[in-house]
Amino acid sequence: MNDVSPNLQGENGAGRDLACVPVMVRGLTKRYGPVTAVDHISFTIEPGTTVALLGGNGAGKTTSIAMLLGLIMPSAGEVRVFGADMSRNRYGVAQRLNFQSPYVDLPARLTVRQNLKVYAGLYGIANAAERIAYIAEHLQIEALLDRATGKLSAGQKTRVGLAKALLNAPDLLLLDEPTASLDPDTADWIRHKLQDYAAERNATVLLASHNMAEVERLADRVILLQAGRIIEDETPKALVKNYGRDTLEDVFLDLVRGRAKPAPKPEHPPADAEPEQARRAS
Amino acid sequence: MNTPRAMSGAEPVLLPPSGVLASLRRVVALVHRYVYLLRSSGVRLVELIYWPFLQMLTWGFLQKYLAETTSPFIQAAGVLIGAVLLWDILFRSKIGFSTTFIEEMWSRNLGNLMISPLRPYELVAALSLWSIIRLGVSMVPVAIAAYFFFGFNLLSLGLPLAAFFCVLVLTSWSLGLISAGVILRYGLGAEELAWSLAFLLLPICCVYYPVSVLPDWLQPVALALPPTHVFEGMRSILLHHTFDPRELWWALGLNAVYLAVGYATFSWFLSRARINGTLLQLGE
Repeated sequence: MNDVSPNLQGENGAGRDLACVPVMVRGLTKRYGPVTAVDHISFTIEPGTTVALLGGNGAGKTTSIAMLLGLIMPSAGEVRVFGADMSRNRYGVAQRLNFQSPYVDLPARLTVRQNLKVYAGLYGIANAAERIAYIAEHLQIEALLDRATGKLSAGQKTRVGLAKALLNAPDLLLLDEPTASLDPDTADWIRHKLQDYAAERNATVLLASHNMAEVERLADRVILLQAGRIIEDETPKALVKNYGRDTLEDVFLDLVRGRAKPAPKPEHPPADAEPEQARRAS
Repeated sequence: MNTPRAMSGAEPVLLPPSGVLASLRRVVALVHRYVYLLRSSGVRLVELIYWPFLQMLTWGFLQKYLAETTSPFIQAAGVLIGAVLLWDILFRSKIGFSTTFIEEMWSRNLGNLMISPLRPYELVAALSLWSIIRLGVSMVPVAIAAYFFFGFNLLSLGLPLAAFFCVLVLTSWSLGLISAGVILRYGLGAEELAWSLAFLLLPICCVYYPVSVLPDWLQPVALALPPTHVFEGMRSILLHHTFDPRELWWALGLNAVYLAVGYATFSWFLSRARINGTLLQLGE
């Protein structure tokens, strides 16, 4: 990987090996003619963390993830995944990533086992049969292995998609709305599996979602996008606290509806502060 | 990362992702995907043989009729059936390449492939290899049927048949690459191109008549197309029992140029699809 800079300069400190940084994005921009889908965003994701890209429809979440994967070329800026420039050398790290999205499917006519075998071959997994058996057991899709993928229910397809995404045990897992259109029980089950996977492997997860409960549960950090720009980058708890709200959903609604961020409440009123009643009386 | 990560039984043992062996592994994995697809549907398998078989029957009977009413020389030479079978090699190989590529778009699987370690040239290699396998499945039974129905033995073309086969298949890949590139860029709305592009060659590359039939100004265009040399060569063998190998070298040289143009076109459209963000939104 000759395009990998040896060090990460700037906010995260000089002297760090870039190959250890799962995601580094600098000034990332995507324009489609006059429309700017992603507008000069920058962030870094540390190993073993789960980061959520949150935003309304058209906020730029899917475009950002697609640029991270090398599916879309940025108009400007830089994306590095484990140090590799994704515009020029994504094959250097492709084996360490995987992705699941409702925008892509597995071939419907192939059985689940056939699909997983094909992807095991593409990712260079030597012990494919063993790995497929393990993943199938782990994600409870053993009974589905010899069924045509196209004949599965939405929940079953999501589990199979996740099986494909976890097949190579990726160090960086990118998920675009991983529980969209699932019933609450299946969605909860999927979140549980994702949490387990990230914890067991110290894997880095980047997920795009509309689901606030999902984000609150899974994410260590939330990057809020609006009109292609980062408007907040905080932990879910800090966001709720900073906005003086009860849930992340309230914060999200405040932000997308353009309500101003309230001034932070002081922990203790200043000593010379006038009591409210006295001030009104005067 | 390049050394296998072997831990517990459940841990994937990852083989080195680069090098010739890794490329071969990915090509084979993708060809397996196409084999699974063909095996999943008996209708697809029948369809592979159905159209070439019908065409061979139609032209075979026409040739028989012509031979009875005009010249027995034509029947003896088997020119029409030979032309049909060779044209089908070009056409079926092109269709095999293009429709297999379109299949990835129909199944919305292209995004998964494009984020995997699969390189674009490996995808092209898998499509090319698969087009030959499909061709074998479709043409071998039809060539055998031509022998039993009309006494035409394709192998009577001798050693040049292998060279004819190469020229036609290489041309079909060039056409397949161009149509795959256009479909990649413009989506399934451009799907018709997969079916129609080869037919553009049909009148110009002189499948059923000699180049001398064409108007003077069109003859250089015909001779710039590799298949023209194949059909001229076939007629020369069957009618005059002579064959000029220089024609084949010329055709292979032209093929090299067309293949380079085809791959460059595919790569260019792929990069445009990445720039325009259409790889995730493939459809009409």
